[in-house]
Amino acid sequence: MALTNEIIKTRLVEKFGDQLTDWVEPYGMLTFTAPKDQNLKVLQFLYDDTELRFQFLTDLQAVHYPTRKGEELAVVYHLHNLVDNVRIRFKVFADITKPDVFSATALYQTANWMERETYDFFGVNFLGHPNLIRILNVDEMDYFPMRKEFPLEDQTRVDKDDEMFGR
Amino acid sequence: MSRPVQFNNKVKMVEAPEGFMGDGFMATSLEKVVGLARKNSIWPLPFATSCCGIEFMATAASHYDIARFGAERMSFSPRQCDLLMVMGTISKKMGPILKQVYLQMAEPRWVLSVGACACSGGIFDTYSVLQGIDQIIPVDVYVPGCPPRPEAILDGFMKIQELVGNESLRRRTGEKYKDMLAGYGIQ
Amino acid sequence: MQSTEHILLPEGSLEKQTTTLNLGPTHPATHGVFQNILEMDGERIMKATSTVGYIHRAFEKLAERRPLYQITPLTDRMNYCSSPINNMGWHLTCEKLLGVQTPKRVDYLRIIIMELARISDHLICNSIVGVDSGAFSGFLYLMQYRELIYEIYEEVCGSRLTTNIGRIGGFERNFTNTAFEKLEKFLKEYPVQLKEFENLFLRNRIFMGRVIGCGPISAERALNYGFTGPNLRAAGVDYDVRVHTPYSSYQDFDFTVPVGKTGDCYDRFLVRNEEMWQSLSIINQAYKKVQEFKGAEADVFHADVPAYYLPEKKDVYTKMEALIYHFKIVMGETEIPAGELYSSVEGANGELGFYLISDGGRTPYRLHFRRPCFIYYQAYPEITKGSMLSDAIITMSSLNLIAGELDA
Repeated sequence: MALTNEIIKTRLVEKFGDQLTDWVEPYGMLTFTAPKDQNLKVLQFLYDDTELRFQFLTDLQAVHYPTRKGEELAVVYHLHNLVDNVRIRFKVFADITKPDVFSATALYQTANWMERETYDFFGVNFLGHPNLIRILNVDEMDYFPMRKEFPLEDQTRVDKDDEMFGR
Repeated sequence: MSRPVQFNNKVKMVEAPEGFMGDGFMATSLEKVVGLARKNSIWPLPFATSCCGIEFMATAASHYDIARFGAERMSFSPRQCDLLMVMGTISKKMGPILKQVYLQMAEPRWVLSVGACACSGGIFDTYSVLQGIDQIIPVDVYVPGCPPRPEAILDGFMKIQELVGNESLRRRTGEKYKDMLAGYGIQ
Repeated sequence: MQSTEHILLPEGSLEKQTTTLNLGPTHPATHGVFQNILEMDGERIMKATSTVGYIHRAFEKLAERRPLYQITPLTDRMNYCSSPINNMGWHLTCEKLLGVQTPKRVDYLRIIIMELARISDHLICNSIVGVDSGAFSGFLYLMQYRELIYEIYEEVCGSRLTTNIGRIGGFERNFTNTAFEKLEKFLKEYPVQLKEFENLFLRNRIFMGRVIGCGPISAERALNYGFTGPNLRAAGVDYDVRVHTPYSSYQDFDFTVPVGKTGDCYDRFLVRNEEMWQSLSIINQAYKKVQEFKGAEADVFHADVPAYYLPEKKDVYTKMEALIYHFKIVMGETEIPAGELYSSVEGANGELGFYLISDGGRTPYRLHFRRPCFIYYQAYPEITKGSMLSDAIITMSSLNLIAGELDA
């Protein structure tokens, strides 16, 4: 029997009940939201379960929603079941004033740099990460550039005139 | 897979500088001779960071062949090169490293800035990209393009050759040059 | 090197402490800028710390500023050795979001371009493995055919390296006869040159001695590290996005996916080599299929979506709807539907994914690139632990690390 989105949803709801919310299927990929402190449990369940077998972490990154007060930073995990060829996505939301999320590096080594990149761009603090320092930006940078309030351009540049460059 | 052997008898010789020819000797100015020797044996340091680096690889390969112009030996050590070819985007993290490589070069040294990103930041007008390497080091020739065709890189190289051939021997020790370097914070 | 870290030297070592060597951002031209700080016991590497970010150009923030078709030039500059694949991957993502269905001829032409790009990337990677082990001539022979591929791109889109090829829904112009002639020349001459390259390297005792056993990785570790692409296939896992989630009509083609055993440099070299042969076979099949379109069908080079694909200039000057569509597209006022999607293609290095969140405005709300190089470069310290410095250099080049994709 092929692994369909309904089966995955039933198994997850069996295990976690109504902690998992916001079930949608944009463009065919099952997406749900989990509470912030359950993210490792969800990942572990999806990894260990013999029917679900989501053992490949395709992608991990964050999105900043400044309008959702209290849950501004969303960390999004994309998982892939290579055997049955099914993909799934789930999100955890964190408050921007205290963006602590448990780190997935113990389960997936690939999450190491992905979480560093997320920290570098959004400031999400991953608890339990072996080496959470900036990866792509300059080490001395003191803000998190991908957040919506920060501009794209370097404000100290003198040779480019914002009026002419159509900002 | 053999073709008939072809010998190259269309070798183009460099013109001798103006001077006075005599019986077994030639008198000309030292600057001209030194310029001639230097311009036809420039050893570049390919500081290739991104896409322009791949166009440089195409320039160095057999189709466009930069070795014809004297750049046979790509030196990767700054101490032994004449021309710093900066190809590709230089980010703010890379800036100090570029400056250090420039400082390690021995005089006379020239800088060729290849590609839009090295000249002015290119399409990346962002917080992390240096908007042109001339913010940190003095540049002699700019080659625009994204990426510039190998012909354009060769054209830039030929302009550097012109500069090298016509340079005065006293330029590097003069006040004007020192003032220019001081403008970049280099002693 | 922090003094609090203790690196135990192995038994029988002659050294009293480890030597710190900086394999710094300024490498010999080919690889790009990333740094490795190596702790070495003589010639052996005990620990490697990688630093990236020396060419961070903030693509993701830039993408939030640009309408959909203006993001294509950004995708070019990620994996710049095979930029058409990045372009096509982005166009496929946009088409999925917008619900655009491309005609078959467009799909086949796209496959020709993508497989040419894959050949050009593998060609560079394999010849650079040769250059790094000291054999420069192979690089010169194969670069000639990369020049021919560049000429084919130029016929279609005008540019050599950072191609910005194709549009949402198809191509910007139909393939001319010159393009097909150059393609035929390529299909005739490249196999001969590739055979010669194989003769130089594959069973060459010196080359084999350099690369066999160099930098191996097991399949479980590779999967845990998120490897995809030829590096994963060399470790033994046959995961290829073209087979798992066929896009752009790949299911109509007959090709095999080469898989290695130990995941060392020789396996990666062989997998890439065999993938070049498979790509040639795919291009041959696609070219035959394209030639079967006759008459009016042979002129189809884009989908009929005037809302996203610029109408022809003669219509813009004469018809009202075309003028309005043209205005809306160029001024960036076409609205994209709200939604989020993840779509991926098989890039030359692995699964290149695009996670696009749109809120209905003219630019994406969030665009994230899942870059394969970034993900598998994390494994480099583990792969090179205990190996010699020269082996570490060959491992680095056989992993096909492209700095533009590392940092984005």
